[in-house]
Amino acid sequence: MVDDLYQDLILDHSKRPRNCRAMADANHNAEGYNPLCGDKLKLYVKMEGDVVKDASFLGSGCAISTASASLMTESLKGKTRDEALKLLDKFHNLLTTDTPVSKDLGKLVVFCGVRDYPARVKCATLAWHTLKSALDGVAEPVTTETE
Amino acid sequence: MTSVIAPAFDVEKIREDFPVLKQTIHGKPLVYLDSAATAQKPFAVIDAIRKFHEVDCANIHRGVHELSQRSTAAYEETRATAKHFLNSKSVNELIFVRGTTEGINLVASSWGRKNVKEGDEIIISAMEHHSNIVPWQMLCEEKGANLRVIPMNDRGELILEEYEKLLNPRTRMVAVAHVSNALGTINPVKEMIAMAHKAGAVVLIDGAQAAPHLTVDVQDLDADFYTLSGHKVVGPTGIGILYGKAALLNAMPPYQGGGDMIKVVTFAKTTYADLPYKFEAGTPNIAGGIGLGAAFDYVNHIGLDKIAAYEHELLLYGTEALSRIPGLRIIGTARKKAAVLSFVMEGIHPHDIGTVLDRQGIAVRTGHHCAQPVMDWFQVPATTRASLAFYNTVAEIDALVAGLGRVKEIFS
Repeated sequence: MVDDLYQDLILDHSKRPRNCRAMADANHNAEGYNPLCGDKLKLYVKMEGDVVKDASFLGSGCAISTASASLMTESLKGKTRDEALKLLDKFHNLLTTDTPVSKDLGKLVVFCGVRDYPARVKCATLAWHTLKSALDGVAEPVTTETE
Repeated sequence: MTSVIAPAFDVEKIREDFPVLKQTIHGKPLVYLDSAATAQKPFAVIDAIRKFHEVDCANIHRGVHELSQRSTAAYEETRATAKHFLNSKSVNELIFVRGTTEGINLVASSWGRKNVKEGDEIIISAMEHHSNIVPWQMLCEEKGANLRVIPMNDRGELILEEYEKLLNPRTRMVAVAHVSNALGTINPVKEMIAMAHKAGAVVLIDGAQAAPHLTVDVQDLDADFYTLSGHKVVGPTGIGILYGKAALLNAMPPYQGGGDMIKVVTFAKTTYADLPYKFEAGTPNIAGGIGLGAAFDYVNHIGLDKIAAYEHELLLYGTEALSRIPGLRIIGTARKKAAVLSFVMEGIHPHDIGTVLDRQGIAVRTGHHCAQPVMDWFQVPATTRASLAFYNTVAEIDALVAGLGRVKEIFS
């Protein structure tokens, strides 16, 4: 059922995205762009030492990509850089493999339905790959359409 | 219901010819509304390709053995069928290509490199598919020529007064779509060709979206080049036709070198083959060519006039049905339109629409349809596109409307 994909939490975050704002004092930025979909995203991250103090985004996209960015920014706060990157790996596994769901994912488990929609994996991962670019200081916009 | 719309058109009988349509997707009957991307194939085409591989398979144009003669005859028969389909003067004006994209690239590369110089101008339109933009951009970049763009209005119709202003003695080429893939607009190409000729320019018509839906008469249009893709005309992928006036083609250098496009080869000099073989290097897509012939025959047998009339009825029905959905905006409302319904829904991204529809068995296209400038012009990132063919029914449009109701339930 399509409801397995569009769970209430995803619909809620797509209609009322959290942390959807620019951040003037962010010290890590990156852009994500999936030209085939038209999904665009600008990510702002404020690191204090090794810890994500704040994260926010601006952009336009489908329900999956918007909800993913919203829930990602919520889940990042307080995480160290390594923890954030490990979460990215776990999130990617959630979407692309049948491995048991990691407890560390918390609310992000709501995206488990995406694995049954291979064409939509790139929507859910755009924000996360943009995060990696932001932390790595990549200037070029990142895309998940060539995965 | 269909009998009310077009009594002469027995769509249920036609649907019997298309095996792919008889299946369920996610437990629902398939509703295929993506024919502008590729059309489905009738048994006639599938059987022709199968027969070639099963019975006649051999390389063409060089064997003296029976199979080679059979395959050559079947392949060349398609050129004769295409001559009838497009009403060209001669079969020698019809080049087999991989599809519309290759047809355009062939002209941009061969005709363009020879005839376009620094400061010259090439005119395209605001509604072109990327395949009728990028080859010209590449040519302009190489030659220092300039690309000019005919603008369109809010309906998605080209503004001919602006086109008139763009034409000038520096204009070498006008390349426009007969029918827009993203909007469905049918452009007044006959008039546009006459205007270009008056200015001394050569015209290429991208017929990818026209060929399966309208009667195309290259002599009546007076097109210099006209190109189409077989797979949009219920034929196989990887095969298409480029029509060019013989005088133009004869004056052009070959596009690719290799076997089949030569008369005599020595290390000192090679003499090229006559038309059309000069442009057909290498073993071609023989099975595809044979399948394409079967596709032309199939479409001709039904009759393009009947097809156009029936699809127009579907378009009117679909336009009215979609217009009744609150928050839905149709993108592309030209007065002359093919059966393409591109639309956006307030607050709902096309990819979410596409996914929800897919789960109800309904296949639509979502995205920019390889026409990003069109999306930019209408200020939308993407659209959902339902494109219809003569095997679609009113009931399928009703299914689309019901499917969009489900979309609204989920996202409102």
